[in-house]
Amino acid sequence: MKHAITLRIGPATFRIGSAWRQPIADLARLYAAYPDMGGAIADFTVRLQPTSLARRWVRPSIFITGDHGLADAAPMSLAHGLLAAEMGMNLQMALGWRRHLLLHASSVEKDGRVLVMTGESGSGKSTLAALLGERGWRFMGDEFALLDMDSGAILPFPRLVSLKNRAIEVVTQAVGDARMGPLLAATAKGDIRHMVPRTDAVARMGDGGMPALLLFPRFGHDAAVRPLGQGEIFMRLTQASTNYVALGEAAFTALTRFVAHVPARAIDFPTGDDAIAMVDRLWEELA
Amino acid sequence: MSAVLLVRTLRDPASVGVLDADGWNRLLAAARAERLIGTLAYRLEGVALPDAVRPILGDARRDSGREAQQALWEADRAAQALRGLDVKLVLLKGAAYVAADLRAGQGRFIGDLDILVPRDAMPAVEAALIVAGWEWVKEDPYDDAYYRQWMHELPPMIHVDRDRMIDVHHTILPLTARQTPDATAMIADAVHIIDGLYILSVEDRIVHSVAHMLADGDMQGGLRNLWDIYCLLPDADPAALAARATRHGVAAHVRQARRLAGAVYGAGARLTLWDRLVRARLLARDGWGRESRKLLVFAFFVRSHWLRMPPLMLARHLLTKWRKGHRPQ
Repeated sequence: MKHAITLRIGPATFRIGSAWRQPIADLARLYAAYPDMGGAIADFTVRLQPTSLARRWVRPSIFITGDHGLADAAPMSLAHGLLAAEMGMNLQMALGWRRHLLLHASSVEKDGRVLVMTGESGSGKSTLAALLGERGWRFMGDEFALLDMDSGAILPFPRLVSLKNRAIEVVTQAVGDARMGPLLAATAKGDIRHMVPRTDAVARMGDGGMPALLLFPRFGHDAAVRPLGQGEIFMRLTQASTNYVALGEAAFTALTRFVAHVPARAIDFPTGDDAIAMVDRLWEELA
Repeated sequence: MSAVLLVRTLRDPASVGVLDADGWNRLLAAARAERLIGTLAYRLEGVALPDAVRPILGDARRDSGREAQQALWEADRAAQALRGLDVKLVLLKGAAYVAADLRAGQGRFIGDLDILVPRDAMPAVEAALIVAGWEWVKEDPYDDAYYRQWMHELPPMIHVDRDRMIDVHHTILPLTARQTPDATAMIADAVHIIDGLYILSVEDRIVHSVAHMLADGDMQGGLRNLWDIYCLLPDADPAALAARATRHGVAAHVRQARRLAGAVYGAGARLTLWDRLVRARLLARDGWGRESRKLLVFAFFVRSHWLRMPPLMLARHLLTKWRKGHRPQ
């Protein structure tokens, strides 16, 4: 394709091609601190292509696809090209990655041990991981936590952090404008702005750690902590995994071990500061 | 054209020795787009590979292994559902190749379960599948009626628990097609493999694959179909195959498939002008996995409809689909 870049995030290498210059230029700027993978063999190919011949020039519209794609993927405006590229990479991981059990979760590490946070979009797991990453934790990822099925370790996938709506201002205040991408206004999920992880998160993106605590955060409620039964945790994690079925028995065994060994809590919180205080306290008590 | 690179690699696996990273990226993208990555992984077993390639092909082998296991389970479930009916259940395509452990099944992508049953048993088969948990997918009454009146299969059904699709065929080409293969003879000569399951005879397997590729459809996935045919051909006696193909009305198609398989995957063959056009369509895939040669691809899409039905009926069908908002890709 006319414009292309090859990126490595954690264990996965992506070759991203685009019919337009801008999305690739955005990626090159925001992923500048990541390893230079030009000329590497990629695990996945991502394509940002026009939805039709005319849509390359007139009201440009991006169809996100690649090695793995969804025929009915919603077209995106070129103004949201960076988001399209990120979604393209996520799509390849979600549909094609087989070397680890993929959990739709954020994760951070301290003293070699990992805190995993899972929840739906809007639960606050990305924001929480981004904020903890600025307060003494190592940021490991805001979208996918990779569970190694042999060792039981969690491996990082530290792509750009995708922040939505109110979280944008909170995190921009914490990290400064220099580490933030362009504001993508009025996407299907509201306003989105990407944050570049700290250099230590990128430099150590090959280093995993054993999981020590699992949280199910929920933003926008009064502060509360609830225990969950192992059966419920197991079911929620299978729903949070895109390749659990494809990996078969190995995934069942690994997830069973994870649920049996990692303490878990559901936490509700009204603000980011409340959440961080709750995380610190639970980490002291349980991890 | 990266599809050229793909077929060269399937023909001569050792040729990957000269590939640089860009060559590998183009090869892997084309193989995934043609759903031949699992087949490629099997073909490259024992060949020295770059470190970055080995896990990619390992994943592909694991995926094809799982698909084979799932296909056999679905076949077993279908056999269970039809057990009381005294109907011969004939597996077609991927599930058949895997069940009979044929070379064509090695690493093959398998999507739906395709089965062939006698036409007069269709109502009983349909009822038994519904009892066993399969449900209709096509909500649209026009599509449903279209399938039932003109197609060679029931509208697709999905199992409510396992989310897997089954296509129940009563013959191998649409009833509107110009050729009318003898499905009764195919079922009569089917080979028993295990526990209530049959597969087509050596010759009929090839006839079916050829009819599907060259007398029906727009050649989407044609490289994979042709690979199946290339792998199936050595099992058949050429004279017996020619006789069987004549009986089913697809003798010329089988001859063409033999030429194409030889030219694309084998030691070469003399091609006619029409063969060359088909080959150009089959190889329309670039190094990013995109379909290329758009005009040629569209021409084959138009041809697929032309093959399926007479002009007036086609016009009415296209008008109905257009009104419902369907547009060709």
